[in-house]
Amino acid sequence: MSIKLENVSYQYRDSKRRPALSHVTLEIKKGEFIGIAGHTGSGKSTLIQHFNGLIRPTGGTVLFDGENIHEQGYSLKELRGKVGLSFQYPEHQLFEVTVFEDVCFGPKNLGLPQDEIQKRAKQALELVGMDEKYYEKSPFELSGGQKRRVAIAGILAMEPEYFILDEPTAGLDPVGRDRILQLLKRLHEEKGITIILVTHSMEEIADYVDRILVMEQGRLRFDDTPSEVFQHKDELEQMGLSVPFYSSLIDELRQNGYFSEDSEVSAITLQEAKQAILENWKRDQQS
Amino acid sequence: MIREITIGQYYRADSMIHQLDPRTKIAGTILFIISLFVGKSIPAYIISVVLLAAVIKISTVPFSYMIRGLKAVFAILIFSVVINMFFIPGEVIIDFGFADISREGMQTAVFMAIRLVFLILGSSLMTLTTTPNQLTDGMEKLLNPLKKIGIPVHEIAMMMSIALRFIPILTEELDKIMKAQMARGAEYDQGNLIKKIKSVVPVLVPLFISSVRRANDLAMAMESRCYHGGEGRTKMKPLVYHKRDYISYAILLCYLAVIIAIRVKM
Amino acid sequence: MKMVQIKDLVYRYFRRDDDDNIIETIEAIAGVNMDVEKGQFIAILGHNGSGKSSLAKHINGLLQPAEGAVYVKGMNTSSEEEIWRIRQSAGIVLQNPDNQIIGNIVEEDVAFGPENIGIPTQDIWTRVAESLEAVGMEAFRLSSPNRLSGGQKQRVAIAGILAMEPECIILDEPTAMLDPKGREDVIKTVHRLNKEKGITIILITHKMDEVVDADKLFVMDHGKVVMSGTPREVFSDVEKMKEHRLEVPHAAELAYELREEGIPLPEMIMTKKELVKALCQLS
Repeated sequence: MSIKLENVSYQYRDSKRRPALSHVTLEIKKGEFIGIAGHTGSGKSTLIQHFNGLIRPTGGTVLFDGENIHEQGYSLKELRGKVGLSFQYPEHQLFEVTVFEDVCFGPKNLGLPQDEIQKRAKQALELVGMDEKYYEKSPFELSGGQKRRVAIAGILAMEPEYFILDEPTAGLDPVGRDRILQLLKRLHEEKGITIILVTHSMEEIADYVDRILVMEQGRLRFDDTPSEVFQHKDELEQMGLSVPFYSSLIDELRQNGYFSEDSEVSAITLQEAKQAILENWKRDQQS
Repeated sequence: MIREITIGQYYRADSMIHQLDPRTKIAGTILFIISLFVGKSIPAYIISVVLLAAVIKISTVPFSYMIRGLKAVFAILIFSVVINMFFIPGEVIIDFGFADISREGMQTAVFMAIRLVFLILGSSLMTLTTTPNQLTDGMEKLLNPLKKIGIPVHEIAMMMSIALRFIPILTEELDKIMKAQMARGAEYDQGNLIKKIKSVVPVLVPLFISSVRRANDLAMAMESRCYHGGEGRTKMKPLVYHKRDYISYAILLCYLAVIIAIRVKM
Repeated sequence: MKMVQIKDLVYRYFRRDDDDNIIETIEAIAGVNMDVEKGQFIAILGHNGSGKSSLAKHINGLLQPAEGAVYVKGMNTSSEEEIWRIRQSAGIVLQNPDNQIIGNIVEEDVAFGPENIGIPTQDIWTRVAESLEAVGMEAFRLSSPNRLSGGQKQRVAIAGILAMEPECIILDEPTAMLDPKGREDVIKTVHRLNKEKGITIILITHKMDEVVDADKLFVMDHGKVVMSGTPREVFSDVEKMKEHRLEVPHAAELAYELREEGIPLPEMIMTKKELVKALCQLS
């Protein structure tokens, strides 16, 4: 059960430019929490549009649960009900008269019966923390963060197995950002939804993801766990991506002798860094 | 990316034609189009061809760019040729049995085709050698006298210029919104006409709203940069006629005179 | 004379129903006093909805106070005669890079401001060249804005303001829609303008790493200024920053937590370098 890309390439019609995607092979298994990182122009946005068939590759195959999604007769509409995609600034797609109706748009398109549509819409809005009092309001009356949550509910209402989000925290302040990331974590842990997060801040996702895929100039450069990926510090910096603050802090402490050369200490999060330093401190105190 | 397709397809170069005042080019294109309808004969069209070819050569714009404009109207061209060839009554020269082609039909068809092709080539030449800004500046200056009768010429020119600037942006946004709704299962080509029209609402409403937001932002930006209407504005690139413009006008007038003369003689 | 003076500023907006009756009054700014000296680099921080954007728009008169007053170089922003001189002195760069570029070519957009204030043609050319150079975009003079990245567009927007020769530039979350590289380029440019040309900078943002080098920070919440001081002073109060829904730079936060656990780190650590040095000194 997975989304699989086999040797996928994508070339724009204006073929003087380099391909947007070049021979990308990857697999996203059901239940994973994946991060896709890359600089602007790395192809990450083009990549995710291949997952739900919005873009058709010029080379290679896209398989969903083993089936080629671009074969004759395959229902892409049905696929999009299973593989939800939220673009950057998803609140720009809101259009209905009320919040509730807008969230119903997705399930309605899937041809579900009316009571099922309403049930799903309610559940989705509850998941994102939008209280009933907002249901009859116009989406355009809401704050930026609220609009975004409604937009995300609109996709959750289709009950997708996979949920891809392109920079879901763009433009949000720290609290708004945490809220969205916590929501995604909950969706992953409580609902078993496979989450795929596109970002250019590896720092943001390091805490949450099982694997990071790093894109550069249309190619898949790295595909590994966060700690493995962050070993390639120099290459990442060359690509315009930086390793998380705490990771490079530990490195520098090691360079300056705070940790011994061969110490296995590493950290990605604040808590990990704190632990590592505290242990060292306590050891120092004892000696 | 979609937004790299420029409107009018300006071809950057430094030819004499590029350097002409946009007013000269606008007036010239209009006069040329008029001449196509005045000169209704082969000799006249030959002279038109000569002028057009000469200008194209001087402009250094590759012919392949000129052809692009024709591609768009290819269907209309064929359609009007066929209609004229087969449906204008007169002296039959070819008979297919179920339909026939008359001499008058043939002539009308050929002339119409020539006019359409030259019209497209002439206008393309104007947009290929003049930037959108130059065009709006040129039109603003040409229509300036209309200010006296209360027409807001400056404001209209400013609106056109801003519209040109934002068309690629709106096009790209349209694409993005369409894709976002498709990701929610929307389809645009299903069902009867009513259904198809309804499927456009989830795309137009967000586009409209974002356009209003843009307009608001833009108004703030313009005010912040001290825009307060056309009064007291100076120009970075004021339009000033040079010798080459006067010569061009002279050539155009001679050309027009010749065309009229041929017409009168016939 | 101070560059900007904000006195007891109050700003409200109303939500109306279909019959135009007021159903809700929102006080976006609930009494703010703030002074900005010439040549300073100040930053206004706040979560979304704290009132910081509304405040920025009062400085150049895009919004008008309900109560109180705003002065730029001694001129009142409510004055109809002086508003254009105020806007020439204090330019604003907004969040969305596309929605503030008017010209079809970069140099024509940068010329827009000078054209509006009636600068003679020859001088416009000089100003455009100098402004583009000051932001590092001379190479893109004849480009269409559509071919530029977000960061490049914002720099063009800054050039457009510079061309009016302002003494103060307000930037309202200029990097919110940019990627890390774009953000870095814009902030670097702004610092350079402040240091090399002495332009007063007022930066509105919620990204902490952009303001560590500012002269003074103001933190806003619920339409009021709730904290102010140097970056070091403000960031050392981690608890209060969190109360106001903001973060502090990573080093400051980690230092704070380590201090809570008993490690005697000095106060006011803000950068990675400082933290590494302090830890190694203790070791």
